[in-house]
Amino acid sequence: MERYILPDIPNFHEIDVYEQHGGYSALKKALGMNPAEVTDEVKKSNLRGRGGACFPTGLKWTFMPKDNAKPKYLCVNGDESEPGTFKDRQIFEFNPHQLIEGTLIGCYAMGITTAYIYIRGEYGKWIKMLQKAIDDAYAKGYIGQNILGSNFSTNIYLHKGAGAYICGEESSLMESLEGNRGYPRVKPPFPAQRGVWNCPTTINNVETMTNVPLIINKGWEWYSKIGAPKHPGPILVGISGHVNKPGVYEVATGELLTDLIYNYAGGVPGNKKIKAIIPGGSSTMILRGDQIEGVRMDADSLKAAGSSVGTAGMIVMDEETDLIRVISRISKFYYHESCGQCTPCREGTGWLWKILKRFETGEGRMQDIDLLVDIANNIEGNTICALGDAAAWPVQSMVRRFRDEFEKRAKRSEAAAA
Amino acid sequence: MLTEENLKKAEEIKKRYPEAKAALLPILWIAQEQEGYISEDMMKYLGTMLNLPFAHILGVVSFYTMYHDKPLGHYHLEVCTNVSCMLRGSDKILQTIEHVCGVKPGQTSADGKWTVNEVECMGACGGAPMIAIGEEYYENLSPEKTEELLKKLS
Ligand SMILES: Cc1cc2nc3c(=O)[nH]c(=O)nc-3n(C[C@H](O)[C@H](O)[C@H](O)COP(=O)(O)O)c2cc1C
Ligand code: SF4
Ligand code: FES
Repeated sequence: MERYILPDIPNFHEIDVYEQHGGYSALKKALGMNPAEVTDEVKKSNLRGRGGACFPTGLKWTFMPKDNAKPKYLCVNGDESEPGTFKDRQIFEFNPHQLIEGTLIGCYAMGITTAYIYIRGEYGKWIKMLQKAIDDAYAKGYIGQNILGSNFSTNIYLHKGAGAYICGEESSLMESLEGNRGYPRVKPPFPAQRGVWNCPTTINNVETMTNVPLIINKGWEWYSKIGAPKHPGPILVGISGHVNKPGVYEVATGELLTDLIYNYAGGVPGNKKIKAIIPGGSSTMILRGDQIEGVRMDADSLKAAGSSVGTAGMIVMDEETDLIRVISRISKFYYHESCGQCTPCREGTGWLWKILKRFETGEGRMQDIDLLVDIANNIEGNTICALGDAAAWPVQSMVRRFRDEFEKRAKRSEAAAA
Repeated sequence: MLTEENLKKAEEIKKRYPEAKAALLPILWIAQEQEGYISEDMMKYLGTMLNLPFAHILGVVSFYTMYHDKPLGHYHLEVCTNVSCMLRGSDKILQTIEHVCGVKPGQTSADGKWTVNEVECMGACGGAPMIAIGEEYYENLSPEKTEELLKKLS
């Protein structure tokens, strides 16, 4: 497939090269449309967010009030901290201008005059790359006052995070932008009603915004025909773990997971069998190796298989993997990253990790297996933000799909104790 | 306490936001780049500058793992041990580092040369196992490559 997000063009990150290949023509085209038409185009394209929840982007944009005395804001989410996810970084490095162009088009469509791109602090090097691209775009009149001679003016600023996974959650991101600790807010009110500085705000993922110029340039019909009809478009899939060629691959949505693993990522080292995969970042439900045949990288297919697309950061585990250690490590992560506002999340994530640690060190007991599920069920749906769910899902799915592994450990430790 | 030049930068940064408080995170970054860490005195100073209570600044500095309230070693080694790195041998990378640098995660060597920390996913899972030294990422490591890298820095 031709690549649209990470095209195979040398030095595409440079503004001149980007322009030579039609860069910023979508912005020009959008400025000739009225803002509602731009939103409509995105809506009809069926673009769905690439930040984890697959929410329809155009629909989200329509939630923004049209007549509003207060300023409105766009936050582009480049916090990228979900374990297994490493795709937005590719955009900062290889296609920053398309991200900028998409951000500008989004601002135009929603009547926004200030956008912030929030990037995790660890990406210091990539923040500099994107800043360079932003500076170049300012110099050429694509960002700033009266863009390309129009009445439309917008500023784009980078905001550097400082090491907190939770700040990728949209309301936490806004708190962080305001100069606070990243404590998620209770919803409603939703960001489009009351977001950053109490003003209407839209939050979209970096890759989501990078798709927007394609839709404007080539039209919603063209876009909606790429890949899976209900979840179309190019998608960046990060593949890591036990594969021969880990990396980020751009494919059309709806690609078979087996194709991704065996063709794109070169299969499993030593031709070992796959024991399990996590399809879309550590918070998505784990699938057994024997469950992935025929499953595709799109929202419907993965849902039917009992998981989700998430960030499309796929982790492959071969038959020799110690899954107890994997789930213990994942639980440690959520415990570490819980902001501590809600009791079920703060306490529950700690209990999960403690019990899983017991399994890891050979002290797990049979009754602990159901206890894990019980704790996870009590976190899920009972917290302010979705980090609670993100901590619960991997544990629930691991026990459901690999109960035998837990039982084996428990039996072994009970035998050792006797 | 901020240098003349950094004060100017801070003033520029404030203009990006409708409220001065929002400049706190970027200005903390500037302060940390200048001093290597963020001291209590610096927090008080920034409090006066941004008209924020000391407790707010302390709260922010302690919430975010990348702000440090104590000086670090000359080289700050961050070793990712999250799942993708773990599956590809981050244990051995960490062991190698502990061995060569003579410190455990969370510690700074007595000569002030190394600080080693275990960190969560750095967004480089395709290059696992990996470590970061300052802003630089070192990917696709093996114990041998790690040792070589550290020796070069020695
Ligand atoms: C704990 C947590 C962490 C998140 N981290 C990120 C992130 O790093 N990047 C991101 O784009 N979305 C992240 N999200 C999702 C955002 O809240 C939000 O849904 C997304 O940025 C919206 O963009 P999209 O509609 O374009 O996908 C996270 C959500 C949760 C609950
Ligand atoms: S669910 Fe967890 S991370 Fe989210 S607000 Fe509650 S305590 Fe914080
Ligand atoms: S797990 Fe180590 S970089 Fe993602």
